[in-house]
Amino acid sequence: MSATITGTRLPRKSPGTLVLGLSRIGYETRHYFRSPDTLFFTFFFPFVMLAIFTAAFSAAGNIGGNADGVGGVSVGAYYLPGMLAAGMLLSGVQNLAVDIAGEKSDGTLKRLGGTPLSPLSYFLGKIGQVFVTAILQAGLLLLVARFVLDIALPSEPEKWATFAWVFVFGVITSAFLGIALSAVPRSGKSATAVVIPVVLVLQFISGVYLQFTALPDWMQNLASIFPLKWMAQGMRSVFLPDSFAAAEQTGSWELVWVALALGVWLVVGLLLSRVTFRWIRRDA
Amino acid sequence: MTSIPPVVQVRDLQKSYGSVEAVRGVSFSISAGETFALLGPNGAGKSTTIEILEGYRDRTGGDVSVLGVDPRRGDLDWKARLGIVLQTSGESGNVTVTEQLRHFAGFYSHPRDVDEVIDAAGLREKAKTRISKLSGGQRRRVDVALGIIGRPALLFLDEPTTGFDPEARHQFWDLIRSLKTEGTTILLTTHYLDEAAQLGDRAGIIAGGQLIDIGSIDEIGGADARIPLVRWRERNGMLREERTSHPARVVAELVARLNGAEPADLEVIRPSLEDVYLSLVRGNEATAARNEMTASADAEQNVRMVRA
Repeated sequence: MSATITGTRLPRKSPGTLVLGLSRIGYETRHYFRSPDTLFFTFFFPFVMLAIFTAAFSAAGNIGGNADGVGGVSVGAYYLPGMLAAGMLLSGVQNLAVDIAGEKSDGTLKRLGGTPLSPLSYFLGKIGQVFVTAILQAGLLLLVARFVLDIALPSEPEKWATFAWVFVFGVITSAFLGIALSAVPRSGKSATAVVIPVVLVLQFISGVYLQFTALPDWMQNLASIFPLKWMAQGMRSVFLPDSFAAAEQTGSWELVWVALALGVWLVVGLLLSRVTFRWIRRDA
Repeated sequence: MTSIPPVVQVRDLQKSYGSVEAVRGVSFSISAGETFALLGPNGAGKSTTIEILEGYRDRTGGDVSVLGVDPRRGDLDWKARLGIVLQTSGESGNVTVTEQLRHFAGFYSHPRDVDEVIDAAGLREKAKTRISKLSGGQRRRVDVALGIIGRPALLFLDEPTTGFDPEARHQFWDLIRSLKTEGTTILLTTHYLDEAAQLGDRAGIIAGGQLIDIGSIDEIGGADARIPLVRWRERNGMLREERTSHPARVVAELVARLNGAEPADLEVIRPSLEDVYLSLVRGNEATAARNEMTASADAEQNVRMVRA
């Protein structure tokens, strides 16, 4: 260490919340891609599952075809919307809940709490990171679907408009729910044990791993309480032929309900995040 | 005293966790540009006190003002004027030293130059290394660097040199001295009493949640605690010592008594801050233990009286 510290004091306005939020997004995204565990369990997991399902069930022929096996869609095409929905949930809920619970217990939040970083900038950073990584993930999934699994993607602009709003809505909702859920684990170590079962059960009952339309009614009803079912349904409406809508609970894609359910969960997540978030457990 | 208000003002600070009183009526103040060392054994209430000043904890009672603001109501502008080096933490650290400092520098309106801080913290060779790959002492330097990057008016250093090798500790002292020259006010806690003596202008010793002494580094503990000790070995092998404010005279008399022979193992010891500290803390523990015994004896007495 050399002993001196110099430098002139330049008058400058304090950096704005938005500017710091953007700086946090870059920092958080870099952090995300340097954490191998997170990367595997939240970024690449949908790819792994898609590969497994395609490999395991393709021999059984197309899904939703006629009795003679003609028509319908390939296994890969059928699972693609579910994997997109799972990616949104993992990038938001699982990633943030585990990440923030860890930051709470390893001192990261305490350090940030002692700086002039506003919690709002911190949230912007987290949500922005989820957004950036979820877009990369979805884009990569679509590329794999199109060019590796040779799945035909929709060409109608309306379908892509639906995709855009379901995706944006779903990712933001997931991010808030992740922040809210991070308050539950008592330590960073227990975070994965608390968060992963929740996320896993949701994926099973919401039509990600199992064909939603083949699940018993009570399970479909239970899943309808949670947002993942609606994300998956919205994605099915984009990527599956319209003939598949008949198999849904009400015989249609119910996009209005998708919007409503995601909207309600977004508000719930926002409020819970706002109420439960602390830089440190004051008076622990 | 001048009319400049103190940077830190603590009056009758109280903090309880349930029925445990961690801090019981601590008062002190730190003036601008001063380095104040808060010393005391583990669990004495140092960290609780410092975390109340940093705004991390609520207090149960008393008045606190830090840079003219009650830490309970400290906003972001207030935090921008503080530098906080917490006790060691275990962050994942998968960004490099430069990335981390550059990012944190962005939080402040007039941060120090990142490269300058990296040099000052002795991290030049590690600048492009991820923090997770650093040794404990190097990570601690990063903590210190992050604490000063925002050019704070008041710097909190909570056991800053844990894990430093002796050379790094001396370099750290130089860094802190240069901050002092700049006029930074510093609140330091440390278990290294030589560090407190090197850096501190004044010290407060806290034990059992109470301030048991406060004063300038040279005067704390009172004049009596600083009387030098002369120690030597007699010809029969017995170790002797004498506490005296005239050590030279004692040594001269000793030499005369030995007919000019050199006394074996002769030492003149001026009590260091560490010696003064230990005698104060031990004295306090003894008093506390005595009070407890008296209290329980009283209680027993009362029980007997009730029975009778």
